[in-house]
Amino acid sequence: MSGRYTRRRIANGAALALSVALTGFALFFLGWILFILVEKGFRYVNLALFTQSTPGAGIDGGGLANAMVGSLLITGLGIVVGAPIGVLAATWLAEFGARRRLTSIVRFINDVLLSAPSIVIGVFVYGIVVAPMGHFSAWAGATGLAIIALPVVVRTTDNMLQLVPDQLREAAVALGAPRWRVTVSIVYRASISGIITGILLAIARIIGEAAPLLFTSLGNQFFSLNPGHPIAALPQVLFNFAMGPYSNWHHLAWAGALISTLFVLALMVAARLFSGRKR
Amino acid sequence: MVHNPEELTSPLVVTHAEENRQRPMPQETVKPGKRPPKGLQQVPKPKLVARNLDFYYGKFHALQQIDLQVQENGITALIGPSGCGKSTLLRCFNRIYNLYPDQRATGEVLFDGRNILGPREDLNLLRARIGMVFQKPTPFPMSIYDNIAFGVKLYERLGRSEMDQRVEWALRKAALWEETKDKLRQTGTQLSGGQQQRLCIARAIAVKPEVILLDEPCSALDPISTLKVEELITELKQDYTIVIVTHNMQQAARVSDYTAFMYLGRLIEFNDTDTIFTNPAVRETEDYITGRFG
Repeated sequence: MSGRYTRRRIANGAALALSVALTGFALFFLGWILFILVEKGFRYVNLALFTQSTPGAGIDGGGLANAMVGSLLITGLGIVVGAPIGVLAATWLAEFGARRRLTSIVRFINDVLLSAPSIVIGVFVYGIVVAPMGHFSAWAGATGLAIIALPVVVRTTDNMLQLVPDQLREAAVALGAPRWRVTVSIVYRASISGIITGILLAIARIIGEAAPLLFTSLGNQFFSLNPGHPIAALPQVLFNFAMGPYSNWHHLAWAGALISTLFVLALMVAARLFSGRKR
Repeated sequence: MVHNPEELTSPLVVTHAEENRQRPMPQETVKPGKRPPKGLQQVPKPKLVARNLDFYYGKFHALQQIDLQVQENGITALIGPSGCGKSTLLRCFNRIYNLYPDQRATGEVLFDGRNILGPREDLNLLRARIGMVFQKPTPFPMSIYDNIAFGVKLYERLGRSEMDQRVEWALRKAALWEETKDKLRQTGTQLSGGQQQRLCIARAIAVKPEVILLDEPCSALDPISTLKVEELITELKQDYTIVIVTHNMQQAARVSDYTAFMYLGRLIEFNDTDTIFTNPAVRETEDYITGRFG
């Protein structure tokens, strides 16, 4: 008996040591990435980065103001379209989808969309928005990002609504509340922090996307707020500048990489704070 | 006491050696056809009447041919071992089971003489008239005040001061006012378990239903909270018709006027509470209330 106990203790210790080591291994690369970004990018972070637009080829100075604003604009448009559709779709799945077969099909398709390569979505939006319009535009970029955000929002909201205990729904229904009222006043209220967390995660996901923008919003060297025109976005500028031959572009790319990583980090922290918040 | 042969061979009659063993649902031994419950068939003023009521969870036949009368302004207790169908029967009275598409009831449930199982029944209005309190406290994620105002706002348009009065009235009825009057804006989930359950009772009373269904309202509560809720139930009887499901036979004996004993989806015996607990007509009932099984 004690021999088995000793063996079990050794196995337990070994498994624990292995999982700690692998966690450290994964965190090491995350730390490495952050370290390199700070080391290479921090020295190029200055006021001009936030106030000046991207410089042309071979020109010194400049900043990323147009790309940052562009990113915020198309991400904002994308989430304004994607989040409500996603929340409503998840509401149907979790609250009203009594026909189990159809809901499981919709959930499956949503998971497929969740893992669809973003470049494919870019090409798709090129086909349905850019080609008919005849030119690239922020609208097209926002459409692509909305399609990427949609399944993220559906998945997280669906999960959050399913976490609301049925007893709470029954309690509200038992007072004579119609089903829509129960959903809006009770179920949403009980899961609002989770839903907002999901939306924040979706923002974090799409604000770092470059691939779908190459075919849609294209990029723009100048400052623009017109959604009908091509627009610069931070990840897409990073891609172009990092691939370019000029050291000034490389410096801006490092600084931009650091800024966008910190921004996503801040969103993640906000999401954690929201989900951990006591109702 | 006279037993017919069917009762003697029923699965309820177990020897002491058998009683601690897990018994499977002996569905095959349940005889088809109607077997009227022993005891009282008619109460003086029935508010709710179940007639030939059958209930199904998908294919599972959970209630069989239930005939039961619920006395107006009385307290009717449903007792019986776990899985006997008492909660299921309770959930037929406000049709809360309709939330789940695979659950259905056949037969009749008469509420003031009108069958409420019909497809045209307005379920929201029905549930506003027949309130329900559940086993686990279910405060809504909102303030104590709003917990109570939520149900009231559904069917009544009250002014600010009227609503304040209604909230106070309901909280006083539920013996919760003194504890909460200074923190009505705090969320209901911050209250203790017993307070949460009384909040749920206050919430159910606030909409002024005619009937209150209580599904094991004290099973999650400590003895002091249980006592408070029981006192409350007794007091509510003057204005409301109450049906209470309970696992606690002392509770049934203490608070109820009528008691129905259920087993394996059937109503075995129904009578006024004194008779059930002192002179039951059926052997199964006696075995259950004396703790010999279940």
